[in-house]
Amino acid sequence: MSGKRKAVALISGGLDSMLAAKVMLEQGIQVEGINFFTGFCVEGHTHAIRKQDSAKPKRNNALWVAEQLGIKLHIIDVIEEYKDVVLNPKHGYGANLNPCLDCKIFMVHKAQEWIKENGFDFIITGEVVGQRPMSQRKDTMPVVARESGAEDRLVRPLCGKKLPATLPEREGWIEHDWLYDFSGRSRKPQMALAEKYGFTDYAQPAGGCCFLTDVQYSVKLADLWKSRGERRYELDDIMLLKVGRHLRPRPHFKLIIGREEGENNFLEGYRKQFVHLRALNLDGPLALLDGVANDADIELAARLVCRFGKGRDAEEVEVVVTDKQGATRVLNVAPLTADAIPQEWYV
Amino acid sequence: MKLELDARHLLCPLPVIRTQDAVKHLQAGDKLLVHCTDPGAIHDIPTWCRINGHIVRDIHLDGRDITITVEVTDGVV
Repeated sequence: MSGKRKAVALISGGLDSMLAAKVMLEQGIQVEGINFFTGFCVEGHTHAIRKQDSAKPKRNNALWVAEQLGIKLHIIDVIEEYKDVVLNPKHGYGANLNPCLDCKIFMVHKAQEWIKENGFDFIITGEVVGQRPMSQRKDTMPVVARESGAEDRLVRPLCGKKLPATLPEREGWIEHDWLYDFSGRSRKPQMALAEKYGFTDYAQPAGGCCFLTDVQYSVKLADLWKSRGERRYELDDIMLLKVGRHLRPRPHFKLIIGREEGENNFLEGYRKQFVHLRALNLDGPLALLDGVANDADIELAARLVCRFGKGRDAEEVEVVVTDKQGATRVLNVAPLTADAIPQEWYV
Repeated sequence: MKLELDARHLLCPLPVIRTQDAVKHLQAGDKLLVHCTDPGAIHDIPTWCRINGHIVRDIHLDGRDITITVEVTDGVV
């Protein structure tokens, strides 16, 4: 086989995968990026929804990185396939509902399928030995290579010097000595390499790039499964877990209450799928009712929604309740007082 | 050919993914009108077009509704 060797780089939008791809570009490899959308990616969603974040940049970091590197990026929707990773992780969860090792194996496996379909030679990741407690340990990195099926076509340029030579190194497509030997949780080597390449603007995600690593999000997801009596989810479910206050006053229903205008606007997109409530003639949140509710439940929901609007101190507030068919009715209710809302209602 | 894509109420990167998938079925010179509501799409769809060699002909804002007109090329960057 002649001509440039081709590699696909897993691009998360963070610094490590950006550097890994750059190291390979510097070795003359033709690189294209691949990014998997699982539905749990943090990637600017909450910024896009919340009005108070409207001044923050809303760029997709994976796309931005690809443009900085001058490479193509393929964004792949893996929402359906990824459910099995979340629901049945062979290697278990991390501190929360994060199946990090299974996730990495899944993504490298998908990349392996992609290189076969597209005639590419190998896969690049920004992994660093010892950087993550679950998926980037010396003992789990071979597991990723083996169980993904990528085997020795998986190259980790940032720590490749510390690992056995891969096929591209043995075949002379890339130079082993030009790889790096980064290890551990320190970010200093990556920052120094970024400086060398002139990368001054890059994403530095706090707490990772996946909602499943977030304790509050994981609690909400576990609550969703418990309330349904089974472990399953759809995309809308996991998107809504990112938005609003979630209160469960009764086991059979919860309320998703917008916290500000941007969230209310976002929740409006779901009006036809949920019974929803909003105060009449008063500023206040839109609330979606998720579950099954009888008249007493709906009155309780209306009283609760008022608590988070301008009418919270009024004796009585009119609340419009709209069902899924669009039929409305108005309830006159007394807003709940703050001390009437038990802390355990908050999910 | 002119095609319309409804990506309203989807958050990025879904409008980009839907755009990417729609463009695969179009020919050079075709136009794709992407209707979306996520303000992130104003940056992300043009970025995706630049790195893949397609052209954004227009971005129209009407309240929260955004329409981005993409002209498909042969994809050579």
